This record gives sequence, C-alpha cells and structure tokens, in this order.
Amino acid sequence: MHYKTIAQLANDLKNKVISSVELTQHFLQRIRQHDQKLNSFITLTEEAALITAKKADAARAQGFARPLTGIPLAHKDIFCTDGIKTSCGSKMLDKFIAPYDATVVQQFNQAGMVMLGKTNMDEFAMGSSNENSFYGPVKNPWHLDYVPGGSSGGSAAAVAAGFAPASTGTDTGGSIRQPAALCGITGLKPTYGRVSRYGMIAFASSLDQGGPFARTAEDVALLMNAMAGFDPKDSTSIDCPVPDYTATLNHPIKGLKIGLPKEYFSEGLNPAVQKLIQDAIKIYEAQGAIIKEVALPHTHLSGPAYYVLAPAECSSNLARYDGVRFGYRCENPVNLEDLYKRTRSEGFGMEVKRRILIGTYALSAGFYDAYYRKAQQIRRLIRDDFTQAFASVDVILSPTVPAPAFKCGEKAKDPLTMYLSDIYTIAVNLAGLPGLSLPAGFVDGLPIGMQLIGKLFDESTILNLGHCYQQHTDWHTRTPGGF
Amino acid sequence: MSLTPEAVKKIAHLARIELSEADVAHYTTQLSSILGFVEQMNAVDTSKVAPLSHSFDMPQRLRADVVDEENQRDKYQQIAPAVMAGLYLVPQVIE
Repeated sequence: MHYKTIAQLANDLKNKVISSVELTQHFLQRIRQHDQKLNSFITLTEEAALITAKKADAARAQGFARPLTGIPLAHKDIFCTDGIKTSCGSKMLDKFIAPYDATVVQQFNQAGMVMLGKTNMDEFAMGSSNENSFYGPVKNPWHLDYVPGGSSGGSAAAVAAGFAPASTGTDTGGSIRQPAALCGITGLKPTYGRVSRYGMIAFASSLDQGGPFARTAEDVALLMNAMAGFDPKDSTSIDCPVPDYTATLNHPIKGLKIGLPKEYFSEGLNPAVQKLIQDAIKIYEAQGAIIKEVALPHTHLSGPAYYVLAPAECSSNLARYDGVRFGYRCENPVNLEDLYKRTRSEGFGMEVKRRILIGTYALSAGFYDAYYRKAQQIRRLIRDDFTQAFASVDVILSPTVPAPAFKCGEKAKDPLTMYLSDIYTIAVNLAGLPGLSLPAGFVDGLPIGMQLIGKLFDESTILNLGHCYQQHTDWHTRTPGGF
Repeated sequence: MSLTPEAVKKIAHLARIELSEADVAHYTTQLSSILGFVEQMNAVDTSKVAPLSHSFDMPQRLRADVVDEENQRDKYQQIAPAVMAGLYLVPQVIE
C-alpha cells in the first residue's frame, strides 16, 4: 500500500477500501519503524496528522472530498508551519517555531492533505548530498552507504522508501531534481514565480522555487494543481492562469519537438547513464516525437555564474540571522558585535558559512563588477541560449545527473567537486525554466534520472511527456528493498 | 584569484562571522579554489551584455499603500531570544 501512487490511494479512499486515518497511521508506523536507517525526518507531527486525517474522513463522508483529500504528505523543513518547529536543517533555527504557515503549506492544508512531518535537508538548502544538516546526514534508501542527493534529500528519500506518497521540496540549483534522480522518484521544479515563495525560508531569492516530489508525473500534476498559482504575498509570484495539469497528461506526443543539448551529452557523463537516456529518447521517437540536436553554448559557465549569484543572494538573505529577533543567540555576548559574530559562527554550519563568505566577497567594494555583475551578464547569455533553443523545439531533454549517487563522505571534503554534481540542473534555475526529473533506470543498482526542461510556464508539456514515458517504462514502479 | 588569510578575515568581519585561526586557513584554501572555478567566466567577453538580475525582465509589482497586516507583535516576540516590555533586548550599545 505504501508504494501506491496518489492517484491509486485517492481511488482507495473514494471506494472506502481504506480511510485517511488508517492511511496516516500506516505511514506514521513505517516512519517510526524504519526512519532511523534513513534519518529523513526532523519532526513527526503525529497528533496533528491524525486530527487532520479524521477531518478528511469526515469531509469525505459528507461528500466534500477533493482530489487530494486525506492523502498524507511530508514538507521539507524549509516551509514555515504555524506552531511547528521549522529548522531549515540548521542549529540557527533549531528552536524556531514558525508563527505562520507558508502559502504552500496552506494550499495543501486547504486541499485536505495530511502533513506527516517535516523532512531533513541540507542546512538552508545549501548542498547536494544532504550531508550538511545539523540533524545528521540522510541516507539513500537504495543503498545506505550512498547519499540521497540534496538539498531536499529527506523529502526524496521519504517518498522513495514509502514513508509518504508525496512531499515538498525546493530547488535553487537542482535541489528537487537531483535528489529525485538519485532516489528514483519524480520531482518537478516549476517555473520561477509559479509556486509561492511566501513562508519558504530564503536562500537565493531570484532562483529559489518550491515544487513537489511523488512517484509519477501524474501525481506531480495532481500536486501542482494544488500548489501552483498567484500569491500576492510573494512579490515575484506571477499572475498568469494555472491550467489543470492532469487534463493534458494523455495528449498524444506525436510531432512534439524534443531538443537534445549536445553540451549535456559530452565528457563527464557516465556512459551507462548516457545509454539509459538514449533508451528513453527511442521511446519518444517510437511515439512520434521529433528529436533534434540543440546548442546551449554557455552551459559550461552556468556553474561559475551560479556559484557567484547564489552565494551573493545567500549572504544578503542570511544577514537576518543576527540573534536578535528569532533563532539562535550565543551565550553571554559582551557587546553587539560579539552577539552578531558568535551567534552566526556558532549557529551556521561550515557550508553555509562558506557560501556567505563567497557571497560577501563577490558583493564587496572593488569586486562587485568582476564577480557579481559579471555573473549576471553570464546569466543573460545562459537565459538567451535557452530562448534560442526553444525557438526550434518544445522541450529539452537531458540527464538530470551525470552519474548515480556517490558514497557518503566521498565529496564532503572538496566543495568544488560537490558543486559539479549539479551541472545539468543549475542552468535551468538561472533561466527560470521548469524542469522535471523522472526515474530513467539504474546504474550499479542505483537510480538515475532524466530531465525534461520546458518553456516558461509550460509545465503541462513536460508532465505530458513524463506521463507518456511512464506509460512505456516501469522504472518509477521499482522500490528499494529493506523497508 | 588566490585569497590571503587577511582577506578572508576581512570578509568574515564584513559578514559578521567569527573564524578561528584554523577556520581561516581552511577557508583561505577553499575560497581560493572556488574563486578559481568561478573565474572561468572571464573567458567570455561580456562588455556588450546587460546584466540579468532575474530570469524575467519584469518590474517589481507594487501594491496599494494600505494597511493589510494586523499587529502581531506579541506572537512574533514569543520566538525572540530576549524581550522586555515589547522590546527586543541586545547588549548595551550606547554608554
């Protein structure tokens, strides 16, 4: 039951095969039983979950059920939850009880979903392996010696292990798509501005975007129907109509033009991953899609530009953690400067400090033009590459990751190698585009992912293609042993 | 570009982060290697490219200048490290 999709569970609820309370108890039981192996949750909200589940069952009995009513989910601990600890994976917010709900949390509450708890993550969403959490690393359910990816590693691992049918994540440089790929599930980073950032703890505000994890593209479409939309509380939220993402899932894909960026199929790509992606391309060809090569010539500069822009925005956003209004405060500060400095050096972990320092340097007097402005110029070139490519294709297809998950500790000592694990996902954030990662096979027993990049606000087409792929493959139905 | 330990200390001060000597040595090496990586950007001439701060060229949305938030000071101060009489407490700033 715990590996059923949302669509299947919704059907079971509707047909009274199971109640939401039973479903919720089942998942909570699984988390209690197995999560010490994975460490995917920071907080379990059992009592509140059962109350919500009871309400969902009551609503259903009265005929008020909606598509997601009574379905459990887990939220990444970056989304503020009223009255519930919201740590962002950091000592800085270890005792932070959020005073309000993020819009995304509110939307899923209104949809009748049942929150099981808050998932582990890299501190302040900075990382690609989930080894940077104050609450300890998350393990990959497919092999406990390997990382689940990051920064939304807890959310991805929880769905992969059958602890929840769905979860939320955030993606600043790949933090939904990369862990989805490494854990063998489906994850969507929507268009920038499509999902509200209100109440989602900020890392790099021009890049951050929340999105869903689930088993299938169909489930992702169901979740997007609840979470997409304009929010006046988010100043960069875009007011444009939200389609029904489930309505177009079964559209024929005949004639759709799929672009393959040659830069994403070059050196550095594991040959076994390449082979699996080629297999996926053949499936699309057989369904009548037209495959074309496209060029994204500035791809190699997306990492360098990102590791200026994201740290610069982070250094500015994280200035708020000063030990005054909320969050951690050091003991016995002797003066204000001591309060700021010790609070921040004790409250933040190594990677967060590293990024704050890089960002502060890039924004400091005398270096702004050479780093920050330069990176913004490169960002335009990268964005324009995509605009040009999308003039001749509908969708761009690539691997999500160059290789399957790496071993815990393998890249922890060298931040630069870690940064390179996001090479296929970062450019998408710089351009603001939507990207979907789908399970596309296994290399040495570990899952890998395929990425579909859509035009701005065209999540429908990539979900349509994702659903089509999942009708012809069964990678998304594979589950790890031991849970 | 290779950073000196002094430069790292200066940046840390700007960011209001206290670093031990061991941290300074550690970050000096790491930040230098990250800067070396990002400097690949210099291989491209961008003198005629306008900076892009945001993926869409769009203006900041404005709203009417009306009060739409109720005062929730007491609620928000419940999560503060130290408050007194509705004020946030910090170490003495002015003698």
